[in-house]
Amino acid sequence: MENLGGLFNPSSPQMEALAGLTYYTIAISAVILGIIVIAVAYIVIRYRKKPGDDGEPYQDFGNLKIEVVWTIIPVAIVAVLFLLTCSTMRAIDPPPGDREPDLLVIGHQWWWEIRYPASGVMTANEIHIPAGEKLLVRLESIDVIHDFWVPELGRKIDLVPGHPNYMWLVAGEPGVYIGACAEFCGDQHANMLIRVVAETEEEFKKWQEEQLVVPRTPESGIAAEGARLFQTLACMNCHTIRGTAAAARVGPDLTHIADRDTIGAGVLTNTPENLAKWLANPQRYKQGSYMPNMKLSDSEVKSIVAYLEALDEQ
Amino acid sequence: MSSRIPLVPENAAPLPSLKENNGLLAWVASVDHKQIGIMYLIITLVYFLLGGLEALLIRIQLAHPGNDFLTPEMYNQLFTMHGTTMIFFVVMPFLIGVGVYLLPLMIGARDMAFPRLNALSFWLFFFGGILLYYSFFTQSGAPDVGWFAYSPLSEKPFSLNKGPTYWALGLLASGIGSVASGLNNVVTILTMRTPGMTMRRIPLFVWMIFVTSLLLIFVIPIITAAFAMMLLDSLLGATFFTPAHGGSAILWQHFFWGFGHPEVYILILPAFGIISEVIPVFSRKPIYGYEFVAASTVAIGLLSLGVWAHHMFAVGLGNVANAYFSLASMLIAIPTGVKVLNWVATMWGGRINFATPMLFGTAFIIEFVIGGLTGVAIASVPIDWVVTDSYFIVAHFHYAIFGGSVFAIFAGVYYWFPKFTGRMLSETLGKWHFWLTVIGFNMTFFVQHFLGVMGMPRRTYTYHDMPYWGSMNLLSTIGALILGLSAIVFVWNILVSLRNGKPAGDNPWNAWTLEWATTSPPAVENFELVPPVRGRRPLWDLAHPDQPDEPGAKIV
Repeated sequence: MENLGGLFNPSSPQMEALAGLTYYTIAISAVILGIIVIAVAYIVIRYRKKPGDDGEPYQDFGNLKIEVVWTIIPVAIVAVLFLLTCSTMRAIDPPPGDREPDLLVIGHQWWWEIRYPASGVMTANEIHIPAGEKLLVRLESIDVIHDFWVPELGRKIDLVPGHPNYMWLVAGEPGVYIGACAEFCGDQHANMLIRVVAETEEEFKKWQEEQLVVPRTPESGIAAEGARLFQTLACMNCHTIRGTAAAARVGPDLTHIADRDTIGAGVLTNTPENLAKWLANPQRYKQGSYMPNMKLSDSEVKSIVAYLEALDEQ
Repeated sequence: MSSRIPLVPENAAPLPSLKENNGLLAWVASVDHKQIGIMYLIITLVYFLLGGLEALLIRIQLAHPGNDFLTPEMYNQLFTMHGTTMIFFVVMPFLIGVGVYLLPLMIGARDMAFPRLNALSFWLFFFGGILLYYSFFTQSGAPDVGWFAYSPLSEKPFSLNKGPTYWALGLLASGIGSVASGLNNVVTILTMRTPGMTMRRIPLFVWMIFVTSLLLIFVIPIITAAFAMMLLDSLLGATFFTPAHGGSAILWQHFFWGFGHPEVYILILPAFGIISEVIPVFSRKPIYGYEFVAASTVAIGLLSLGVWAHHMFAVGLGNVANAYFSLASMLIAIPTGVKVLNWVATMWGGRINFATPMLFGTAFIIEFVIGGLTGVAIASVPIDWVVTDSYFIVAHFHYAIFGGSVFAIFAGVYYWFPKFTGRMLSETLGKWHFWLTVIGFNMTFFVQHFLGVMGMPRRTYTYHDMPYWGSMNLLSTIGALILGLSAIVFVWNILVSLRNGKPAGDNPWNAWTLEWATTSPPAVENFELVPPVRGRRPLWDLAHPDQPDEPGAKIV
């Protein structure tokens, strides 16, 4: 069962509460369904018209007492379910109070912008968190409605333009939890994956320090050529690389791109080869996305890949 | 009080056919409720095939992860059109059409209260559909923003194409037709009943159509206003739903679900009505607890108006609002449960004839209960946070709308086809249709519950190769192909039975409501003589003068 994922692998206290309520409800539902199925099966066998059996059966118009009983029983079931609903809601989604958010998640068509207000770290499509810590996340959208969903960690919540929402994010154990956008948001709704990387306290600190480093711009070789192309071609109109003139926020911040697991919000694994394929024609892998085919030559692709990979070599 | 009252006029006028009465023009110009009803049914059958084809293309694309059978644009158009078509151009107009056909017959009237308005309703529906489907032939293609068209995705600058405009205009036109139908039904039921047919004696199908019609009158104007605002936004540069210019993204959702949730009951209540006619007749027993079945319909209708925000639990409305909408939604389970138990109780002790209508009626109970129970589960806010916008929801509402409404529609088609056409549908093909439907349907949708809780979101043209996702989706696609085959058997049955079906006679099922007291198909004037109504089952009373339903009831 451990490979099934989602509800079958609750990995946070919230998700455990949610899974508990869900299992409980499924159990009640299964009992009710079982009663109906058995009753219908019995009827189908017992009261099927036999050949030659032509008279009319006893004409039974109803019974007030029975009707009252089977009105009251569902009332009781609903009452129990509603009480459980309220207590679970309260448990997993307590009001944030005056606390500042630990994390900002900003939805874009079709990628996630992640910011850590306290440290100033900025990244995309990957959320690093210390395992076991309860973080307050503020969620907003820059364009249309998106929905943040990491099935193993808990609830869904919409990212609504002009209406920030808050949620608590906890991962019980270190690990990578894969999530997705759950609200239809246009052409590439399917390729808007999110990865929550839960780490130990030390790993997280180390990651944060690495992210804060402003990379040096390479001064010689193919990577330097890549750096020049990045500034002179249209790349800098959409992307940021800290320490350079590129500071646009249309597309993901690429300062530490080599550090990420995937390209294009989960479309490809992040390797230099895949990055080259992506740069050669992003539309081939993510048709309709806002990154156009820049019609780069092979040598231009090679240079830019070398540059982007070099950003993390200090 | 004698049973010798002549019921059957000698000379049955056949259904006006295309070959007579100036052909097609006789249909186009017709204000006869039966012809209009038949036109609804024919058009909805065409849309059923179109919507089904769209579903098959969607399922083929999802058969394995990373498939590139369809482009994302095409996929998004197809799932938008599939949902829109099935809801607005199949289930709803089918139920309106069968209502328009049967209402006057069931209450012993000659026609609807407003026959010309009735024709107008049909033609608004017809041209609304044409306008919507015309969008496929435009440069920008069909609408691709989902059948719910959430703002601001459906607004500039995120939708620069004209798809959503065609969508809004097409649904606006057919929606006006639906409101007119609702008014027409209500007035017909209130004023055109034959003497003796009190509101406490009208068939349950008529009760369900009555409540549904009131819902149409109350809720379609909500979405009509929203369509107008959306068109103002897109065509005249208003900003009702664009947050970047002071509008609200969530406002659209309140309008949409203010209509959209009651719409679910508009799709299911008449289906309950069909089931409440079919099960008693084939069990040879009166409906168990008529008053409870009727009253629970009214309760569902009222409650449905106050639950719209249960579609918005992930929007962030706050725990107090969520708790209210959660409770109100769960309450609907109570009158719905009463109905289910009453149908089961009706069958209990019966002498059940499992002809095709009853097969679909019986399967309906099971499939609908599955959809209903998952419905109660997702009324619970935390469970909704887990499963909303996932494949669990796709499974849930297909169990409710396909397993519920469409199974009931099939039951109704097999039940009333003899009345509509004078011929029986083939029982052999009917059984093939039934078993292929049951197997294909459950294979397609049951597995989607698991995909949903395992994390597969809805409305994605592709998915990543997570453990078991590929095989479950493949199973679902194979189920959909079987379902497609069942639809072909169904259409084939209709076509061959129209020509060669066994002649039906007036009352092949030995049923009790008034429509069976006239010829099949009914004459233009419906009845030569309406039988006396002294109870809920006039034809039972005629056949069993010694054992009337309401002893001592007088002809009013």
